[in-house]
Amino acid sequence: MEYFLELFLGGLTRGSIYALIALGYTMVYGIIELINFAHGEIYMIGAFTALIVASVLNIMGFGPITILILAMVLAVVYSCAYGFTMEKIAYKPLRHSTRLAPLISAIGMSIFFQNYVLLAQTSDFLPFPSLLPELEFLEPYAFIIRSSEVFIILTTLVVMVLLTLLIKFTRIGKAMRATAQDRTMAMLVGVDVNRVISTTFIIGSSMAAIGGVLIASHIGQINFYIGFIAGIKAFTAAVLGGIGSIPGAVLGSLVLGWTESFATGYISSDYEDVFAFGFLVLILIFRPAGLLGKTTTQKV
Amino acid sequence: MTAVLTITGLTMDFGGLRAVDNVNLDVRQGEIVALIGPNGAGKTTLFNCITGIYKPTAGDIVATPPGGPAKTIHGLKPNQVTEIGLARTFQNIRLFSNMTVLENVMIGRHCRTTSKILGAVLRDGHTRREEAEIVAFSYQLLERVRLERHVNDFARNLPYGAQRRLEIARALATEPFLLLLDEPAAGMNPHETKELDELISRIRAEMDISILLIEHDMKLVMNISDRIFVMEYGKEIAVGTPLEIRGNPKVIEAYLGEEAHA
Repeated sequence: MEYFLELFLGGLTRGSIYALIALGYTMVYGIIELINFAHGEIYMIGAFTALIVASVLNIMGFGPITILILAMVLAVVYSCAYGFTMEKIAYKPLRHSTRLAPLISAIGMSIFFQNYVLLAQTSDFLPFPSLLPELEFLEPYAFIIRSSEVFIILTTLVVMVLLTLLIKFTRIGKAMRATAQDRTMAMLVGVDVNRVISTTFIIGSSMAAIGGVLIASHIGQINFYIGFIAGIKAFTAAVLGGIGSIPGAVLGSLVLGWTESFATGYISSDYEDVFAFGFLVLILIFRPAGLLGKTTTQKV
Repeated sequence: MTAVLTITGLTMDFGGLRAVDNVNLDVRQGEIVALIGPNGAGKTTLFNCITGIYKPTAGDIVATPPGGPAKTIHGLKPNQVTEIGLARTFQNIRLFSNMTVLENVMIGRHCRTTSKILGAVLRDGHTRREEAEIVAFSYQLLERVRLERHVNDFARNLPYGAQRRLEIARALATEPFLLLLDEPAAGMNPHETKELDELISRIRAEMDISILLIEHDMKLVMNISDRIFVMEYGKEIAVGTPLEIRGNPKVIEAYLGEEAHA
Protein backbone atom coordinates (compact mmCIF):
# COMPACT_ATOMS: atom_id res chain seq x y z
CA MET A 1 0.00 0.00 0.00
CA GLU A 2 2.82 2.40 0.91
CA TYR A 3 4.59 1.49 -2.27
CA PHE A 4 1.42 2.15 -4.25
CA LEU A 5 0.99 5.53 -2.56
CA GLU A 6 4.60 6.43 -3.30
CA LEU A 7 4.13 5.59 -6.96
CA PHE A 8 0.80 7.40 -7.06
CA LEU A 9 2.28 10.61 -5.64
CA GLY A 10 5.37 10.29 -7.82
CA GLY A 11 3.10 10.02 -10.83
CA LEU A 12 1.08 12.99 -9.67
CA THR A 13 4.28 15.04 -9.42
CA ARG A 14 5.41 14.05 -12.89
CA GLY A 15 1.94 14.67 -14.23
CA SER A 16 1.84 18.13 -12.65
CA ILE A 17 5.06 19.15 -14.37
CA TYR A 18 3.86 17.72 -17.68
CA ALA A 19 0.63 19.66 -17.23
CA LEU A 20 2.42 22.97 -16.72
CA ILE A 21 4.19 22.47 -20.04
CA ALA A 22 1.35 20.74 -21.89
CA LEU A 23 -0.95 23.71 -21.23
CA GLY A 24 1.35 25.91 -23.29
CA TYR A 25 1.19 23.47 -26.20
CA THR A 26 -2.54 23.06 -26.06
CA MET A 27 -3.36 26.76 -25.65
CA VAL A 28 -1.18 27.80 -28.56
CA TYR A 29 -2.69 25.02 -30.66
CA GLY A 30 -6.19 26.07 -29.64
CA ILE A 31 -5.60 29.60 -30.84
CA ILE A 32 -3.41 29.35 -33.94
CA GLU A 33 -3.37 25.60 -34.66
CA LEU A 34 0.39 25.45 -34.40
CA ILE A 35 2.38 22.78 -32.58
CA ASN A 36 5.00 25.00 -30.99
CA PHE A 37 7.90 22.56 -30.85
CA ALA A 38 10.14 25.17 -29.26
CA HIS A 39 7.90 25.28 -26.18
CA GLY A 40 10.08 22.76 -24.32
CA GLU A 41 13.06 25.05 -24.86
CA ILE A 42 11.23 27.90 -23.13
CA TYR A 43 10.94 25.62 -20.13
CA MET A 44 14.68 24.89 -20.32
CA ILE A 45 15.48 28.60 -20.57
CA GLY A 46 13.33 29.20 -17.50
CA ALA A 47 15.34 26.62 -15.56
CA PHE A 48 18.66 28.10 -16.71
CA THR A 49 17.59 31.62 -15.78
CA ALA A 50 16.62 30.43 -12.32
CA LEU A 51 19.98 28.67 -11.94
CA ILE A 52 21.92 31.81 -12.88
CA VAL A 53 19.82 34.07 -10.67
CA ALA A 54 20.01 31.66 -7.74
CA SER A 55 23.78 31.31 -8.03
CA VAL A 56 24.32 35.07 -8.13
CA LEU A 57 21.95 35.72 -5.25
CA ASN A 58 23.53 32.91 -3.24
CA ILE A 59 26.97 34.54 -3.57
CA MET A 60 25.45 37.85 -2.56
CA GLY A 61 24.17 36.15 0.59
CA PHE A 62 20.41 36.27 0.22
CA GLY A 63 18.15 33.94 2.19
CA PRO A 64 16.64 30.81 0.59
CA ILE A 65 13.07 32.13 0.40
CA THR A 66 14.17 35.39 -1.27
CA ILE A 67 16.27 33.40 -3.71
CA LEU A 68 13.36 31.11 -4.55
CA ILE A 69 10.95 33.96 -5.19
CA LEU A 70 13.36 36.12 -7.19
CA ALA A 71 14.60 33.16 -9.22
CA MET A 72 11.03 32.13 -10.01
CA VAL A 73 9.97 35.66 -10.96
CA LEU A 74 12.98 36.30 -13.19
CA ALA A 75 12.66 32.87 -14.80
CA VAL A 76 9.05 33.71 -15.67
CA VAL A 77 9.99 37.17 -17.00
CA TYR A 78 12.83 35.82 -19.16
CA SER A 79 10.79 32.93 -20.52
CA CYS A 80 7.94 35.27 -21.36
CA ALA A 81 10.33 37.56 -23.21
CA TYR A 82 11.67 34.60 -25.21
CA GLY A 83 8.19 33.21 -25.90
CA PHE A 84 6.84 36.61 -26.96
CA THR A 85 9.81 37.37 -29.22
CA MET A 86 9.79 33.89 -30.73
CA GLU A 87 6.16 34.31 -31.78
CA LYS A 88 6.84 37.73 -33.33
CA ILE A 89 9.94 36.61 -35.23
CA ALA A 90 9.29 33.00 -36.15
CA TYR A 91 5.50 32.53 -36.33
CA LYS A 92 3.71 35.80 -36.98
CA PRO A 93 5.25 36.45 -40.41
CA LEU A 94 4.16 32.94 -41.44
CA ARG A 95 0.60 33.16 -40.23
CA HIS A 96 -0.95 33.31 -43.67
CA SER A 97 1.33 30.78 -45.37
CA THR A 98 0.85 27.01 -45.51
CA ARG A 99 0.37 25.13 -42.26
CA LEU A 100 3.73 23.40 -42.57
CA ALA A 101 5.76 26.62 -42.67
CA PRO A 102 5.30 27.67 -39.04
CA LEU A 103 5.75 24.05 -37.97
CA ILE A 104 9.16 23.88 -39.62
CA SER A 105 9.94 27.28 -38.15
CA ALA A 106 9.05 25.92 -34.70
CA ILE A 107 11.42 22.97 -35.12
CA GLY A 108 14.07 25.46 -36.22
CA MET A 109 13.50 27.59 -33.13
CA SER A 110 13.80 24.50 -30.95
CA ILE A 111 17.18 23.58 -32.44
CA PHE A 112 18.30 27.21 -32.31
CA PHE A 113 17.48 27.60 -28.61
CA GLN A 114 19.19 24.34 -27.67
CA ASN A 115 22.38 25.33 -29.43
CA TYR A 116 22.17 28.88 -28.14
CA VAL A 117 22.15 27.64 -24.56
CA LEU A 118 24.75 25.00 -25.39
CA LEU A 119 27.14 27.71 -26.67
CA ALA A 120 26.25 30.40 -24.15
CA GLN A 121 26.38 28.03 -21.16
CA THR A 122 27.74 24.52 -21.38
CA SER A 123 26.99 21.05 -22.68
CA ASP A 124 27.55 19.47 -19.24
CA PHE A 125 24.92 18.74 -16.67
CA LEU A 126 24.94 21.54 -14.10
CA PRO A 127 23.94 20.95 -10.48
CA PHE A 128 20.80 22.85 -9.61
CA PRO A 129 20.39 24.03 -6.02
CA SER A 130 17.35 22.74 -4.18
CA LEU A 131 15.46 26.02 -3.95
CA LEU A 132 12.39 24.46 -2.38
CA PRO A 133 12.49 24.45 1.41
CA GLU A 134 12.25 21.17 3.36
CA LEU A 135 9.03 20.75 5.32
CA GLU A 136 9.79 19.28 8.72
CA PHE A 137 6.36 17.84 9.41
CA LEU A 138 6.75 15.68 6.31
CA GLU A 139 9.90 13.98 7.57
CA PRO A 140 8.12 10.88 8.95
CA TYR A 141 6.63 10.31 5.51
CA ALA A 142 9.84 10.89 3.58
CA PHE A 143 9.69 7.38 2.12
CA ILE A 144 6.35 8.23 0.47
CA ILE A 145 6.67 11.85 -0.55
CA ARG A 146 9.39 14.49 -0.57
CA SER A 147 8.86 18.16 0.29
CA SER A 148 9.68 19.22 -3.24
CA GLU A 149 6.93 16.95 -4.56
CA VAL A 150 4.42 18.62 -2.27
CA PHE A 151 5.53 22.01 -3.55
CA ILE A 152 5.26 20.90 -7.17
CA ILE A 153 1.76 19.50 -6.73
CA LEU A 154 0.50 22.51 -4.79
CA THR A 155 2.05 25.08 -7.13
CA THR A 156 0.56 23.32 -10.13
CA LEU A 157 -2.83 23.25 -8.45
CA VAL A 158 -2.70 26.99 -7.76
CA VAL A 159 -1.58 27.74 -11.33
CA MET A 160 -4.41 25.60 -12.74
CA VAL A 161 -7.02 27.36 -10.64
CA LEU A 162 -5.68 30.79 -11.63
CA LEU A 163 -5.63 29.80 -15.29
CA THR A 164 -9.19 28.52 -15.15
CA LEU A 165 -10.40 31.74 -13.53
CA LEU A 166 -8.47 33.80 -16.05
CA ILE A 167 -9.97 31.98 -19.01
CA LYS A 168 -13.49 31.75 -17.66
CA PHE A 169 -14.07 35.16 -16.16
CA THR A 170 -11.69 37.82 -17.41
CA ARG A 171 -11.82 40.06 -20.43
CA ILE A 172 -8.67 38.62 -21.94
CA GLY A 173 -9.88 35.08 -21.22
CA LYS A 174 -13.07 35.68 -23.15
CA ALA A 175 -11.07 37.16 -26.00
CA MET A 176 -8.90 34.01 -26.02
CA ARG A 177 -11.90 31.70 -26.15
CA ALA A 178 -13.51 33.77 -28.87
CA THR A 179 -10.31 33.76 -30.93
CA ALA A 180 -9.97 30.00 -30.54
CA GLN A 181 -13.53 29.45 -31.77
CA ASP A 182 -13.63 31.84 -34.71
CA ARG A 183 -10.70 34.13 -35.33
CA THR A 184 -12.35 36.28 -38.02
CA MET A 185 -15.48 36.78 -35.98
CA ALA A 186 -13.38 37.69 -32.95
CA MET A 187 -11.69 40.40 -35.00
CA LEU A 188 -15.08 41.62 -36.18
CA VAL A 189 -16.30 42.15 -32.64
CA GLY A 190 -13.20 44.20 -32.05
CA VAL A 191 -10.71 41.75 -30.55
CA ASP A 192 -7.10 42.52 -31.42
CA VAL A 193 -6.13 38.98 -32.35
CA ASN A 194 -2.39 39.71 -32.48
CA ARG A 195 -2.50 40.80 -28.88
CA VAL A 196 -4.47 37.71 -27.88
CA ILE A 197 -1.91 35.47 -29.56
CA SER A 198 0.96 37.28 -27.82
CA THR A 199 -0.83 36.94 -24.49
CA THR A 200 -1.30 33.22 -25.08
CA PHE A 201 2.42 32.79 -25.69
CA ILE A 202 3.20 34.81 -22.56
CA ILE A 203 0.86 32.73 -20.39
CA GLY A 204 2.18 29.47 -21.84
CA SER A 205 5.79 30.55 -21.38
CA SER A 206 5.32 31.61 -17.78
CA MET A 207 3.75 28.26 -16.90
CA ALA A 208 6.61 26.44 -18.63
CA ALA A 209 9.13 28.54 -16.68
CA ILE A 210 7.43 27.70 -13.38
CA GLY A 211 7.54 24.04 -14.36
CA GLY A 212 11.22 24.37 -15.29
CA VAL A 213 12.25 25.86 -11.97
CA LEU A 214 10.22 23.33 -9.97
CA ILE A 215 11.48 20.23 -11.73
CA ALA A 216 15.08 21.43 -11.81
CA SER A 217 15.08 21.91 -8.04
CA HIS A 218 13.39 18.54 -7.63
CA ILE A 219 15.83 16.59 -9.77
CA GLY A 220 18.87 18.71 -8.98
CA GLN A 221 20.55 19.01 -12.35
CA ILE A 222 19.91 20.57 -15.75
CA ASN A 223 21.49 20.79 -19.18
CA PHE A 224 20.53 22.31 -22.52
CA TYR A 225 18.69 19.18 -23.61
CA ILE A 226 16.08 18.86 -20.82
CA GLY A 227 13.58 20.96 -22.75
CA PHE A 228 13.48 18.56 -25.65
CA ILE A 229 12.62 15.49 -23.58
CA ALA A 230 10.14 17.29 -21.36
CA GLY A 231 8.64 18.98 -24.41
CA ILE A 232 8.05 15.67 -26.19
CA LYS A 233 6.45 14.18 -23.08
CA ALA A 234 4.22 17.20 -22.51
CA PHE A 235 3.27 17.25 -26.16
CA THR A 236 2.32 13.59 -25.85
CA ALA A 237 0.22 14.43 -22.81
CA ALA A 238 -1.53 17.24 -24.69
CA VAL A 239 -2.35 14.92 -27.59
CA LEU A 240 -3.43 12.21 -25.18
CA GLY A 241 -5.92 14.58 -23.54
CA GLY A 242 -7.09 16.08 -26.81
CA ILE A 243 -4.97 18.87 -28.24
CA GLY A 244 -6.62 22.27 -27.92
CA SER A 245 -8.52 21.26 -24.78
CA ILE A 246 -7.27 22.80 -21.53
CA PRO A 247 -8.84 20.25 -19.12
CA GLY A 248 -7.67 17.62 -21.61
CA ALA A 249 -4.06 18.72 -21.26
CA VAL A 250 -4.23 18.39 -17.48
CA LEU A 251 -5.95 15.01 -17.62
CA GLY A 252 -3.58 13.72 -20.28
CA SER A 253 -0.58 14.84 -18.24
CA LEU A 254 -1.81 13.09 -15.10
CA VAL A 255 -2.60 9.90 -17.02
CA LEU A 256 0.85 9.98 -18.59
CA GLY A 257 2.52 10.69 -15.24
CA TRP A 258 0.76 7.78 -13.55
CA THR A 259 1.35 5.40 -16.44
CA GLU A 260 5.07 6.07 -16.29
CA SER A 261 5.20 5.93 -12.52
CA PHE A 262 3.26 2.66 -12.12
CA ALA A 263 4.85 0.97 -15.09
CA THR A 264 8.37 1.72 -13.87
CA GLY A 265 7.46 0.86 -10.29
CA TYR A 266 5.70 -2.46 -10.87
CA ILE A 267 7.23 -3.68 -14.10
CA SER A 268 10.56 -2.26 -15.12
CA SER A 269 12.18 1.15 -15.10
CA ASP A 270 14.00 0.41 -18.35
CA TYR A 271 10.82 0.71 -20.36
CA GLU A 272 9.37 3.95 -18.98
CA ASP A 273 9.03 5.59 -22.40
CA VAL A 274 7.78 2.41 -24.03
CA PHE A 275 4.84 2.29 -21.66
CA ALA A 276 4.12 5.99 -22.01
CA PHE A 277 4.06 5.96 -25.79
CA GLY A 278 2.42 2.52 -25.99
CA PHE A 279 -0.42 3.92 -23.93
CA LEU A 280 -0.63 6.94 -26.22
CA VAL A 281 -0.96 4.68 -29.26
CA LEU A 282 -3.67 2.66 -27.54
CA ILE A 283 -5.72 5.72 -26.64
CA LEU A 284 -5.37 7.24 -30.07
CA ILE A 285 -6.60 4.02 -31.66
CA PHE A 286 -9.82 4.13 -29.66
CA ARG A 287 -10.19 7.88 -29.30
CA PRO A 288 -8.39 9.57 -32.18
CA ALA A 289 -9.20 13.06 -30.89
CA GLY A 290 -7.74 12.30 -27.46
CA LEU A 291 -9.50 11.79 -24.13
CA LEU A 292 -11.39 15.09 -24.03
CA GLY A 293 -10.86 16.26 -27.58
CA LYS A 294 -13.81 16.86 -29.82
CA THR A 295 -13.99 15.36 -33.25
CA THR A 296 -14.64 18.54 -35.17
CA THR A 297 -15.84 18.74 -38.68
CA GLN A 298 -14.14 21.30 -40.87
CA LYS A 299 -15.97 24.60 -40.84
CA VAL A 300 -17.35 25.64 -44.20
CA MET B 1 -27.70 64.98 -43.92
CA THR B 2 -24.08 63.92 -43.63
CA ALA B 3 -22.90 60.56 -44.88
CA VAL B 4 -21.55 58.12 -42.30
CA LEU B 5 -20.22 55.80 -44.99
CA THR B 6 -19.04 56.75 -48.45
CA ILE B 7 -17.79 54.17 -50.92
CA THR B 8 -16.34 55.41 -54.20
CA GLY B 9 -15.18 53.34 -57.16
CA LEU B 10 -14.82 50.17 -55.12
CA THR B 11 -13.46 47.20 -57.07
CA MET B 12 -12.57 43.76 -55.77
CA ASP B 13 -10.88 41.14 -57.95
CA PHE B 14 -10.35 37.50 -57.11
CA GLY B 15 -7.78 36.42 -59.69
CA GLY B 16 -9.55 37.01 -62.96
CA LEU B 17 -12.99 37.38 -61.43
CA ARG B 18 -14.27 40.88 -60.72
CA ALA B 19 -16.67 40.34 -57.83
CA VAL B 20 -17.31 44.01 -57.16
CA ASP B 21 -16.97 46.42 -60.06
CA ASN B 22 -16.62 50.16 -59.50
CA VAL B 23 -19.38 50.47 -56.93
CA ASN B 24 -20.39 53.80 -55.37
CA LEU B 25 -22.54 53.71 -52.27
CA ASP B 26 -23.29 55.99 -49.36
CA VAL B 27 -25.20 55.72 -46.12
CA ARG B 28 -26.35 58.94 -44.48
CA GLN B 29 -26.73 59.45 -40.78
CA GLY B 30 -29.87 57.80 -39.41
CA GLU B 31 -30.69 56.04 -42.65
CA ILE B 32 -31.67 52.44 -43.24
CA VAL B 33 -30.18 51.44 -46.56
CA ALA B 34 -30.81 48.09 -48.21
CA LEU B 35 -28.45 46.38 -50.62
CA ILE B 36 -30.25 43.90 -52.85
CA GLY B 37 -29.46 41.84 -55.89
CA PRO B 38 -29.51 38.25 -57.14
CA ASN B 39 -27.25 35.63 -55.55
CA GLY B 40 -23.61 36.16 -56.47
CA ALA B 41 -24.08 39.84 -57.19
CA GLY B 42 -21.20 40.73 -54.86
CA LYS B 43 -23.17 42.04 -51.90
CA THR B 44 -21.40 40.03 -49.24
CA THR B 45 -18.05 40.69 -50.90
CA LEU B 46 -18.81 44.39 -50.56
CA PHE B 47 -19.52 43.86 -46.86
CA ASN B 48 -16.26 41.96 -46.50
CA CYS B 49 -14.40 44.88 -48.08
CA ILE B 50 -16.06 47.38 -45.76
CA THR B 51 -15.34 45.40 -42.60
CA GLY B 52 -11.70 44.70 -43.40
CA ILE B 53 -11.93 40.99 -44.18
CA TYR B 54 -10.90 41.66 -47.79
CA LYS B 55 -8.51 44.31 -49.01
CA PRO B 56 -10.22 45.97 -51.99
CA THR B 57 -8.34 46.04 -55.29
CA ALA B 58 -9.25 49.67 -55.92
CA GLY B 59 -11.49 52.41 -54.59
CA ASP B 60 -12.06 54.29 -51.38
CA ILE B 61 -14.12 53.54 -48.30
CA VAL B 62 -14.52 56.43 -45.91
CA ALA B 63 -16.37 56.24 -42.59
CA THR B 64 -17.40 59.37 -40.73
CA PRO B 65 -18.51 58.91 -37.12
CA PRO B 66 -21.23 61.44 -36.23
CA GLY B 67 -19.45 64.53 -34.99
CA GLY B 68 -16.02 63.07 -35.76
CA PRO B 69 -13.52 63.37 -38.56
CA ALA B 70 -13.75 61.22 -41.71
CA LYS B 71 -11.55 58.13 -41.67
CA THR B 72 -10.36 56.04 -44.57
CA ILE B 73 -11.05 52.44 -43.58
CA HIS B 74 -10.12 50.29 -46.57
CA GLY B 75 -7.01 48.25 -45.79
CA LEU B 76 -7.57 48.39 -42.04
CA LYS B 77 -7.85 45.18 -40.04
CA PRO B 78 -11.34 44.01 -38.99
CA ASN B 79 -10.79 44.87 -35.34
CA GLN B 80 -9.66 48.38 -36.29
CA VAL B 81 -12.79 48.88 -38.42
CA THR B 82 -14.90 47.72 -35.49
CA GLU B 83 -13.07 50.12 -33.21
CA ILE B 84 -13.94 53.02 -35.51
CA GLY B 85 -17.60 52.09 -35.13
CA LEU B 86 -18.80 49.67 -37.79
CA ALA B 87 -20.26 46.35 -36.69
CA ARG B 88 -21.70 43.49 -38.69
CA THR B 89 -23.59 40.22 -38.59
CA PHE B 90 -23.28 37.27 -40.96
CA GLN B 91 -25.47 35.45 -43.41
CA ASN B 92 -24.78 32.16 -41.66
CA ILE B 93 -24.86 32.60 -37.91
CA ARG B 94 -21.40 32.95 -36.42
CA LEU B 95 -21.93 33.09 -32.70
CA PHE B 96 -19.35 31.84 -30.23
CA SER B 97 -21.46 28.77 -29.68
CA ASN B 98 -19.51 27.42 -26.70
CA MET B 99 -20.00 30.64 -24.77
CA THR B 100 -23.09 31.79 -22.93
CA VAL B 101 -25.46 34.38 -24.32
CA LEU B 102 -24.15 36.97 -21.88
CA GLU B 103 -20.52 36.16 -22.70
CA ASN B 104 -21.21 36.55 -26.40
CA VAL B 105 -22.37 40.08 -25.80
CA MET B 106 -19.61 40.80 -23.30
CA ILE B 107 -16.95 39.91 -25.86
CA GLY B 108 -18.39 42.68 -28.01
CA ARG B 109 -17.30 45.12 -25.31
CA HIS B 110 -13.69 44.07 -25.76
CA CYS B 111 -12.60 46.98 -27.93
CA ARG B 112 -14.32 49.51 -25.68
CA THR B 113 -12.60 48.36 -22.51
CA THR B 114 -8.99 48.36 -21.42
CA SER B 115 -8.32 45.86 -18.61
CA LYS B 116 -5.01 44.11 -19.13
CA ILE B 117 -3.80 40.73 -18.00
CA LEU B 118 -2.11 42.25 -14.95
CA GLY B 119 -5.43 43.77 -13.90
CA ALA B 120 -7.06 40.37 -14.25
CA VAL B 121 -4.53 38.92 -11.83
CA LEU B 122 -4.44 41.80 -9.35
CA ARG B 123 -8.19 42.56 -9.45
CA ASP B 124 -7.70 46.27 -8.86
CA GLY B 125 -10.53 48.78 -8.60
CA HIS B 126 -10.42 49.79 -12.25
CA THR B 127 -10.73 46.20 -13.46
CA ARG B 128 -13.60 45.36 -11.14
CA ARG B 129 -15.51 48.55 -11.99
CA GLU B 130 -15.01 47.91 -15.67
CA GLU B 131 -16.22 44.31 -15.39
CA ALA B 132 -19.34 45.42 -13.55
CA GLU B 133 -20.00 47.99 -16.26
CA ILE B 134 -19.59 45.41 -19.00
CA VAL B 135 -22.12 43.09 -17.36
CA ALA B 136 -24.65 45.90 -16.80
CA PHE B 137 -24.28 47.18 -20.35
CA SER B 138 -24.61 43.67 -21.81
CA TYR B 139 -27.74 43.01 -19.78
CA GLN B 140 -29.34 46.16 -21.12
CA LEU B 141 -28.60 45.12 -24.67
CA LEU B 142 -30.04 41.67 -24.09
CA GLU B 143 -33.22 43.24 -22.73
CA ARG B 144 -33.41 45.36 -25.84
CA VAL B 145 -33.38 42.26 -28.06
CA ARG B 146 -35.61 40.38 -25.58
CA LEU B 147 -33.07 37.72 -24.64
CA GLU B 148 -32.82 38.58 -20.96
CA ARG B 149 -34.37 35.23 -20.01
CA HIS B 150 -31.57 33.36 -21.76
CA VAL B 151 -28.49 35.13 -20.37
CA ASN B 152 -26.85 31.99 -18.99
CA ASP B 153 -27.83 29.60 -21.77
CA PHE B 154 -25.21 28.47 -24.24
CA ALA B 155 -25.55 30.32 -27.51
CA ARG B 156 -25.82 27.04 -29.44
CA ASN B 157 -28.96 26.07 -27.52
CA LEU B 158 -31.00 29.11 -28.52
CA PRO B 159 -33.78 28.87 -31.09
CA TYR B 160 -32.85 30.16 -34.53
CA GLY B 161 -34.57 33.53 -34.36
CA ALA B 162 -33.04 34.19 -30.94
CA GLN B 163 -29.56 33.38 -32.26
CA ARG B 164 -30.05 36.02 -34.94
CA ARG B 165 -31.11 38.57 -32.35
CA LEU B 166 -28.10 37.63 -30.23
CA GLU B 167 -25.81 38.30 -33.18
CA ILE B 168 -27.32 41.75 -33.47
CA ALA B 169 -26.89 42.36 -29.73
CA ARG B 170 -23.26 41.30 -29.94
CA ALA B 171 -22.69 43.70 -32.82
CA LEU B 172 -24.42 46.49 -30.87
CA ALA B 173 -22.15 45.85 -27.89
CA THR B 174 -19.25 47.32 -29.87
CA GLU B 175 -21.14 50.66 -29.87
CA PRO B 176 -21.28 51.12 -33.64
CA PHE B 177 -22.64 54.15 -35.47
CA LEU B 178 -23.20 51.96 -38.52
CA LEU B 179 -24.59 48.45 -38.34
CA LEU B 180 -24.15 46.10 -41.30
CA LEU B 181 -26.64 43.23 -41.39
CA ASP B 182 -26.05 40.41 -43.87
CA GLU B 183 -29.41 38.79 -44.60
CA PRO B 184 -30.77 39.15 -41.06
CA ALA B 185 -34.11 37.58 -42.01
CA ALA B 186 -32.67 34.53 -43.78
CA GLY B 187 -34.47 31.39 -42.67
CA MET B 188 -36.93 33.23 -40.45
CA ASN B 189 -40.65 32.61 -40.38
CA PRO B 190 -43.04 35.55 -41.05
CA HIS B 191 -43.57 36.16 -37.35
CA GLU B 192 -39.83 36.30 -36.64
CA THR B 193 -39.31 38.55 -39.65
CA LYS B 194 -41.89 40.97 -38.31
CA GLU B 195 -40.12 41.05 -34.94
CA LEU B 196 -36.85 41.71 -36.72
CA ASP B 197 -38.44 44.53 -38.69
CA GLU B 198 -39.48 46.18 -35.43
CA LEU B 199 -36.10 45.55 -33.83
CA ILE B 200 -34.20 47.20 -36.70
CA SER B 201 -36.49 50.22 -36.62
CA ARG B 202 -36.09 50.49 -32.85
CA ILE B 203 -32.31 50.28 -33.08
CA ARG B 204 -32.29 53.22 -35.44
CA ALA B 205 -34.78 55.27 -33.45
CA GLU B 206 -33.50 54.62 -29.94
CA MET B 207 -29.78 54.15 -30.44
CA ASP B 208 -29.15 56.58 -33.28
CA ILE B 209 -27.45 53.96 -35.43
CA SER B 210 -27.48 53.96 -39.22
CA ILE B 211 -28.06 50.61 -40.89
CA LEU B 212 -26.89 48.99 -44.10
CA LEU B 213 -28.48 45.63 -44.77
CA ILE B 214 -28.38 42.91 -47.38
CA GLU B 215 -31.73 41.20 -47.66
CA HIS B 216 -33.74 39.00 -49.97
CA ASP B 217 -37.05 39.36 -48.16
CA MET B 218 -38.61 42.07 -50.34
CA LYS B 219 -41.42 42.80 -47.93
CA LEU B 220 -38.93 43.61 -45.18
CA VAL B 221 -36.75 45.64 -47.54
CA MET B 222 -39.61 47.72 -48.91
CA ASN B 223 -40.97 48.24 -45.41
CA ILE B 224 -38.00 49.60 -43.56
CA SER B 225 -35.53 50.99 -46.11
CA ASP B 226 -35.11 54.68 -46.84
CA ARG B 227 -33.08 53.91 -49.92
CA ILE B 228 -32.17 50.80 -51.84
CA PHE B 229 -29.03 49.97 -53.82
CA VAL B 230 -29.33 47.20 -56.41
CA MET B 231 -26.33 45.17 -57.55
CA GLU B 232 -25.98 42.64 -60.34
CA TYR B 233 -22.81 40.86 -61.48
CA GLY B 234 -20.72 43.09 -59.22
CA LYS B 235 -22.09 46.29 -60.73
CA GLU B 236 -24.46 48.75 -59.18
CA ILE B 237 -27.51 48.98 -61.44
CA ALA B 238 -29.92 51.21 -59.55
CA VAL B 239 -30.32 53.46 -56.50
CA GLY B 240 -33.49 54.97 -55.12
CA THR B 241 -36.36 54.93 -52.70
CA PRO B 242 -38.37 51.72 -52.40
CA LEU B 243 -41.01 53.24 -54.66
CA GLU B 244 -38.50 54.14 -57.37
CA ILE B 245 -36.87 50.73 -57.20
CA ARG B 246 -40.21 48.96 -57.44
CA GLY B 247 -40.87 50.76 -60.72
CA ASN B 248 -37.36 50.53 -62.17
CA PRO B 249 -37.48 48.29 -65.28
CA LYS B 250 -33.78 47.38 -64.98
CA VAL B 251 -34.33 46.07 -61.47
CA ILE B 252 -37.45 44.21 -62.43
CA GLU B 253 -35.56 42.52 -65.21
CA ALA B 254 -32.54 41.67 -63.10
CA TYR B 255 -34.13 40.69 -59.90
CA LEU B 256 -37.76 41.21 -59.19
CA GLY B 257 -38.62 40.00 -62.67
CA GLU B 258 -37.61 36.48 -61.76
CA GLU B 259 -40.00 36.55 -58.85
CA ALA B 260 -42.80 38.09 -60.86
CA HIS B 261 -42.64 35.17 -63.27
CA ALA B 262 -42.49 32.58 -60.54
